[in-house]
Amino acid sequence: MSLDTETVRRVASLARIHLEEAEVARLQGELNGILAWIEQLQAVDTSGVEPMAGGGATRLRMREDVVTDGGIAEAVLANAPDRAGDYFAVPKVVE
Amino acid sequence: MQPTDFSLRGAIEALNEGLVSSVELTRAHLEAIEALNPRLNAYVTVSAEQALAQAKASDERRAEGIAGPLEGIPLAIKDLFCTAGTRTTAGSRILGNFVPPYESTVSGNLLRDGAVFLGKVNLDEFAMGSSNTTSAFGPVENPWSRANDPDTRLVPGGSSGGSAAAVAARLALGATATDTGGSIRQPAAFCGIAGIKPTYGRCSRFGIIAFASSLDQAGPVARSVEDCAILLRSMAGFDPKDSTSVDVPVPDFAAACARGVRGLRIGVPREYRLEGIPAEIERLWDQGLQWLRDQGAETVEINLPHTRYALPTYYIVAPAEASSNLARYDGVRYGLREAAPDSDLRDLYERTRAAGFGPEVRRRIMIGTYVLSAGYYDAYYLKAQKIRALIKRDFDQAFQGVDAIVTPATPSAAFGMDEKQDDPVTMYLNDVFTVTANLAGLPGLAVPAGLDAQGLPLGLQVIGRAFDEETVFTVGAALETAADFRAVPGLRAGAV
Repeated sequence: MSLDTETVRRVASLARIHLEEAEVARLQGELNGILAWIEQLQAVDTSGVEPMAGGGATRLRMREDVVTDGGIAEAVLANAPDRAGDYFAVPKVVE
Repeated sequence: MQPTDFSLRGAIEALNEGLVSSVELTRAHLEAIEALNPRLNAYVTVSAEQALAQAKASDERRAEGIAGPLEGIPLAIKDLFCTAGTRTTAGSRILGNFVPPYESTVSGNLLRDGAVFLGKVNLDEFAMGSSNTTSAFGPVENPWSRANDPDTRLVPGGSSGGSAAAVAARLALGATATDTGGSIRQPAAFCGIAGIKPTYGRCSRFGIIAFASSLDQAGPVARSVEDCAILLRSMAGFDPKDSTSVDVPVPDFAAACARGVRGLRIGVPREYRLEGIPAEIERLWDQGLQWLRDQGAETVEINLPHTRYALPTYYIVAPAEASSNLARYDGVRYGLREAAPDSDLRDLYERTRAAGFGPEVRRRIMIGTYVLSAGYYDAYYLKAQKIRALIKRDFDQAFQGVDAIVTPATPSAAFGMDEKQDDPVTMYLNDVFTVTANLAGLPGLAVPAGLDAQGLPLGLQVIGRAFDEETVFTVGAALETAADFRAVPGLRAGAV
């Protein structure tokens, strides 16, 4: 599978990364190089193999469904690039 | 002897005997950082005042008869661990001004045990790299250089290049590091020091900036196997704040270093004899196996048939998880924001991420986004997860017959800063011996074992069963004793 320039633009858009037109061709070459190398995996017979999702124990722990934290708005907002009161501020999204 | 020449274990003893104070130790390291860091660029942030205050408080605790296991020991912290009140960047522009309001569990454990933090050390951006050249804060230089070519500046390896360079150059007694595909073991090998990636789940990931969550593990680097064992005992332990943290007792790893390898069965994987590997690395590997036989271990050829698929599997799994983890950097809640005056929210996201992430991080996010996208998920991601299961099965079968596996740590010695940069895949091959342990969740230790013809350090790797770091330390210490590695880098505290 080889990516065309349109797919490179679509993937950048899905990843929310602004792409300059001049970058598209170079990125296309690099991504196709990596994907061609990955392609060798298709040769492995994986029929009947359960996928391994995590890095360790197959079952995750459950915790008590209780409030353990909160009331720290200032700490949460301390690194915000922009804020309005106790809220993160962003450009207007609703007309 | 200067205070920076102590081993970590030696410094603990000297502190206990009153031969040195934590303030003296800390000041000596800060002076060494001031002298050498402008060249090495190992530290991104030096917390001199805070370190001296911590050292003074430590000396006072000791005077009162209270001393933790790491009381007064100056360490470097990889800039991927959140440190409350101290800037934490992940080596990225996008987090260049981020000051965490909380402490990572691992660094908190070290503080609990009395450690002093000298500062935050450099890394490849978001821990993605094998050369420490992708950091937004500039590359780190390896304190070692080639005997016949001393002017070529070498990489320290990556991603924990700052950790390894700082420890090798004696700018810290030890350092925290993280390993997703080899990021502890490869830089340790390149810098002639020891480093262990523990079993997945041994150290809490809470407060460590995430790269690939099913592969990331924290571990120490230090100048001896025993020093790593001492640090890991403090760093490890169950943490309810990490759902993958495993609730098992933390053994006395340092005690395991002295057990001896008599009667142990050491696996030697046939598939790790790769074409194109320098003959001196093959010879060092054979030498290491002979050292273990000389000490009473038995070496056994084993098969790990899916080894050759490990790297491409990793380069699906890791970018996929990274593309998801790094979605949080959107210029809204913390970190960099880039926007034009007329930017809408989507444009703000896209400009922020284009300006904030470097080329390698953008590349991996794109690969990850692609392999997870509709229509490709089964062909790439699900396929990779199945091959990951086969790689783990290979190890499970091998460990029915052996107690540990010994391999080379890296396929080459440290390379020049301008080498291997042309093609991403060439750079990825650095992790060919280390990445399997991440995929299978197993502990892996790099031990300095010899020098190549150019006088650069080469390492061996010990891989163990899940949660059997003790045997890994036993074998690593046996290799270390036999290798008697005493070479030191040209750039180090007191030498320049």
